[in-house]
Amino acid sequence: MSIDKEDVQKIAHLARLALAEEGVDQYQQSLSSILALVGEMQSVDTDGVEPLSNPLEMTQRLREDVVTEENRRKDFLANAPESEAGLFLVPKVID
Amino acid sequence: MYEQSISTLAQQLRNKDISSVELTNLFLKRITDLDPALNSFITVSSDIALAQAAQADALLQSGQGSSLTGIPIAHKDLFCTQGTLTTCGSKMLNNFIPPYESTVTSRIQQAGAVMLGKTNMDEFAMGSSNENSYYGAVKNPWNLETVPGGSSGGSAAAIAAGLAVAATGTDTGGSIRQPASFCGITGLKPTYGRVSRFGMIAYASSLDQAGPMAKSAEDCAHLMQAMSGFDEKDSTSSETPNDDYLSNINTPLTGLKIGLPKEYFGDGLDSNVADIIMAAVKEFEKLGATVKEVSLPNLQLSIPSYYVIAPSEASSNLSRFDGVRFGHRCDNPKDLLDMYMRSRSEGFGTEVQKRIMVGTYALSEGYYDAYYLKAQKIRRLIKQDFVNALNEVDVIMGPVAPTTAFGLGSKTSDPVAMYLEDIYTLSVNLAGIPAMSVPAGFANNMPVGLQIMGNYFAEAKLLNIAHQYQQHTDWHLQTPTMAKGA
Repeated sequence: MSIDKEDVQKIAHLARLALAEEGVDQYQQSLSSILALVGEMQSVDTDGVEPLSNPLEMTQRLREDVVTEENRRKDFLANAPESEAGLFLVPKVID
Repeated sequence: MYEQSISTLAQQLRNKDISSVELTNLFLKRITDLDPALNSFITVSSDIALAQAAQADALLQSGQGSSLTGIPIAHKDLFCTQGTLTTCGSKMLNNFIPPYESTVTSRIQQAGAVMLGKTNMDEFAMGSSNENSYYGAVKNPWNLETVPGGSSGGSAAAIAAGLAVAATGTDTGGSIRQPASFCGITGLKPTYGRVSRFGMIAYASSLDQAGPMAKSAEDCAHLMQAMSGFDEKDSTSSETPNDDYLSNINTPLTGLKIGLPKEYFGDGLDSNVADIIMAAVKEFEKLGATVKEVSLPNLQLSIPSYYVIAPSEASSNLSRFDGVRFGHRCDNPKDLLDMYMRSRSEGFGTEVQKRIMVGTYALSEGYYDAYYLKAQKIRRLIKQDFVNALNEVDVIMGPVAPTTAFGLGSKTSDPVAMYLEDIYTLSVNLAGIPAMSVPAGFANNMPVGLQIMGNYFAEAKLLNIAHQYQQHTDWHLQTPTMAKGA
């Protein structure tokens, strides 16, 4: 399984990564070799095998729908690159 | 002093032979003197350590405290520590001060241990050599030209060099066991769900598991006493009752049934490593164990299955790094999309971006069934192999890694060559069973770890087996020359 440069750019965009032009070649090579490696799976017969997502096959534990966290807005905003008036600040989205 | 076990140090602290402040200063001095050559710490928290040590001394003075009270240890820089920089080895988090404490570090703190600092690691735990850290590669104390293994390489190197009595690690595909093997220390990856993941920065959520790293199995047991058990803050935490990891540690091994999977001894295994593993197995026979061959027929498929599942879950988990709430943000973003894209590609290193892209591809429209779903079906086959084998034997033994520690820079150019190094460790995470790495000898003057794999929630049994072995061997007591320099 090999992918071209256009595929790499498309995947990078989906993953919200801005690849430098000179980096695309390198990623094309390494992604192609990784996809070739994982492609070995395709020859295995898995008909009738259920996918396993949790090794203990646990079911999701639920809790009562009550507030358990205290409001720590200031603490959480302390790590924000930019904040204002108690809110996270991002570049303008709507004109 | 730096070579002593937790039990011995705990006794000396109680006897007032030494105070925790003295012990902590001794380790801080060793870090100052020796770590420039190793780079095993990202952050040294001297002030916190000395304050905790003083508290521990007060507690011990009044006859209270646990076996960990006053013992200086280190945490992998992947556990959130409230108020202390937590980078996960990434530029993305080079200014991240967590507003909360992980369950693991919180429980260890409550047990009275002293935090010396946060250890270096492969960025976001992605790597088998510790060369993927934004904070520089870690060196192996046994040979500074070689890697310590990864991703918990900082923890392993720090213990081997006597810079911490013990440390925490995490293991998604071998990240506790492989560096333990390369650095000649003891490490345990518990059953998935045995130790809380709350406050651990996620890599692959269905595989990640925290565990202890230390010189001996007994020291690992002391750490497990504090860190393991149900946590309501982790939705995949197991409610299976917690074990006492020390009470059966001296049980004799008479009648223990050991399985050797033939697939672990095939092509690719260094013959010197193979000899050491077989010598260790002979030692267990002397202790009353019986040995038979077993088979894990789908072992080879663990590599493709893991390298789809782990990157897929990583691509989802790491989408939270968007430059909005925490972590790196690029300068002068022109719009939201530009901010996301440049913040992420500036903040993440190459290996992380590679795995995010592999995962994004595997989860993208039209490919999900062929990759992620297929990998999860193979995951069931791999789990079933272990279930079948562990119906025949009590534990499975084999090598941790095909070779001893390799040279710095020797595998960085070929990602596939690096991934193939993980052949003996990945399947354990896919199945979710516990496994240990135990020092078993030296090949080419470098340590070799024996891997002991057990059934779900058999951590106490594994620790018992490893402890009995360590009562009859001294591989875990060897110290690298560089550690004696200070």
